[in-house]
Amino acid sequence: MNMLVEVEGLVKTFGSGEAATRVLRGLSLTLQTGEMTALLGPSGSGKSTLLTILGTLMKPTSGNHRMLGVDLVAADDRALTAFRNLHIGFVFQFHNLLPDFTALENVIFPTAVREGRETAAARARGRELLTRMGLAERIDFPSANLSGGQKQRVAVARALMNRPELVLADEPTGNLDRASAMQVMELIGEINRDEGTTFLISTHDEKIAGLCRRQVVVGDGVVTG
Amino acid sequence: MLYGLKIALRYLTASKAQTALLVLGVAVGVFIFIFMSALIGGLAEFILSRTVGDISHVTIKAEDADPPILISAEGHVLAVAERGRARTATLADAPTWVPLIETVPGVIAVSPQITGAGFLTRGAQVAQVSVTGVEPGRESAILNLDGYMVEGSARLGSGVIVLGQTLADDLSLRLGQTLRLQSSGGVSMVLTLSGIYRTGNGMIDRRSIFVSLPTARTLFSLPQGVTWIEIKLADLNAADATALRIRALTGLDAVPWTDGAEQLMEALDAQAQTGYFLKSFALITIVIGVASALLLSTYRRRPEIGIMRAMGAGRGFVVFVFVAQGALIGLLGGLSGAAFGYLALLPFPTREAFRPGTLPMDITQGSYGLAITLTVLGAILASILPARAAARVDPVTAIGQ
Repeated sequence: MNMLVEVEGLVKTFGSGEAATRVLRGLSLTLQTGEMTALLGPSGSGKSTLLTILGTLMKPTSGNHRMLGVDLVAADDRALTAFRNLHIGFVFQFHNLLPDFTALENVIFPTAVREGRETAAARARGRELLTRMGLAERIDFPSANLSGGQKQRVAVARALMNRPELVLADEPTGNLDRASAMQVMELIGEINRDEGTTFLISTHDEKIAGLCRRQVVVGDGVVTG
Repeated sequence: MLYGLKIALRYLTASKAQTALLVLGVAVGVFIFIFMSALIGGLAEFILSRTVGDISHVTIKAEDADPPILISAEGHVLAVAERGRARTATLADAPTWVPLIETVPGVIAVSPQITGAGFLTRGAQVAQVSVTGVEPGRESAILNLDGYMVEGSARLGSGVIVLGQTLADDLSLRLGQTLRLQSSGGVSMVLTLSGIYRTGNGMIDRRSIFVSLPTARTLFSLPQGVTWIEIKLADLNAADATALRIRALTGLDAVPWTDGAEQLMEALDAQAQTGYFLKSFALITIVIGVASALLLSTYRRRPEIGIMRAMGAGRGFVVFVFVAQGALIGLLGGLSGAAFGYLALLPFPTREAFRPGTLPMDITQGSYGLAITLTVLGAILASILPARAAARVDPVTAIGQ
């Protein structure tokens, strides 16, 4: 396996002066290509902040962050946006779909926004992903009309649209019932096995974490286990 | 950019009622803009047609020669010849100039005339009048005499006279009666009343009388030439330029109607300025309306903007989506407002049919293209602030909302 992500000595401080809060305190972590890793830790331990930095949505106060050999701390907003679009997928706890768009339109968004239009190839890939997620009958449904589990599966399909090397999932099953949660996790596991996509899944659920081959525990802003 | 346009359209169609209200608000602004343009333009047209529509737009007058003087060897003026009572200055070459002036672009009529003062007598009644001798066939070239006739004919011939209704009433005249007209030079003629007109202008209806050019030659003892040439133009706003052209072409002193009409021009200018203010306020209302609606939309869609940014949409893309929404609202509002404006102006009479007591709206002066263009530009301008606010949305904070 190859090194995909490497963070070293990550520090993230919010606020300044007496109100400053240091969330990450020199955290270091590496992710190898094809890994499926669970990120565990109590609330406030820094899991979400770490995911946000790994997703290039936020820069660390200090420390190193490299992915695919690219120094992401030095990159500007435009470069980070392009990098994120091509190499990183997101699955959020509350699915975060675009409510005025259909399931298919949500899925192909990352490709369409890069290419400036919805191509036939992108639509074909979107349909294939939704079919794989068991949503063949819901392709042209407005996303607002889907159930919670269906929305989360659309979100997984969207995260995979551009065939990213890394998918960051922040409590992807936190808002689902047990059956839907297991269905989503099975799909994630299947994609990880079949396509070698690296997953980093933040969760409080030991059972969900148990489905991942590696567990990383974060506590008080550093990796503790 | 095509995809950005799709997102913008989707956002607009997702909130149909809100978008419809917004477009309606813009359309009302455009409607006001067009209505004001048609009203101010029509009013100016009406005022001009009522004040200068029936007068000469460019006039060439014969200049009186300086009276002869006797100067001493030292340069002192010893004697000045008294100017005669009768007009002596003439445009002797008028027959040569008239066909030439008629070829000048924009000139629609040329009327060589002999004018002078006179006294009209019927029985014991005497009225001081202004006499205009017009070439037969050119009676309506400048003043639309044919259109103002209430009795008889405007056609001038040998031994006939046409005069205004007020004068006819003052002297208790009827068609066919004979009158004595004496010029300021003392020449007297007996003429038959062949037509009575009413222009609505008290001065003209009481003082102006018309005779044929040969009759005027006899009255004013001018065997050749004329005293002035009146010229009518298709566009009375082109009078200054046309007068310059005629001056260059003939060397004659062509004077546009605008000379001495400064007060009228100032009044029209003030009216136009008022129009600009009102139209500017309409545009400002549009800009404020679009900006506030889009700012609200930006706030409401913060989480979605955050998602888009997380999925790899650049700040430029977000700006484009919101500016495109502004442009589309401006275009839709502009087009519908222009259409409403045009339809609302249709029932008003055309500029040729303006009548006192009605609003002189000129449908051709609605500035439709300008209204649509300014509205789209204004809406784009109005959307820049919300678009920039949208582009600055922090995806982490927005997604967490």
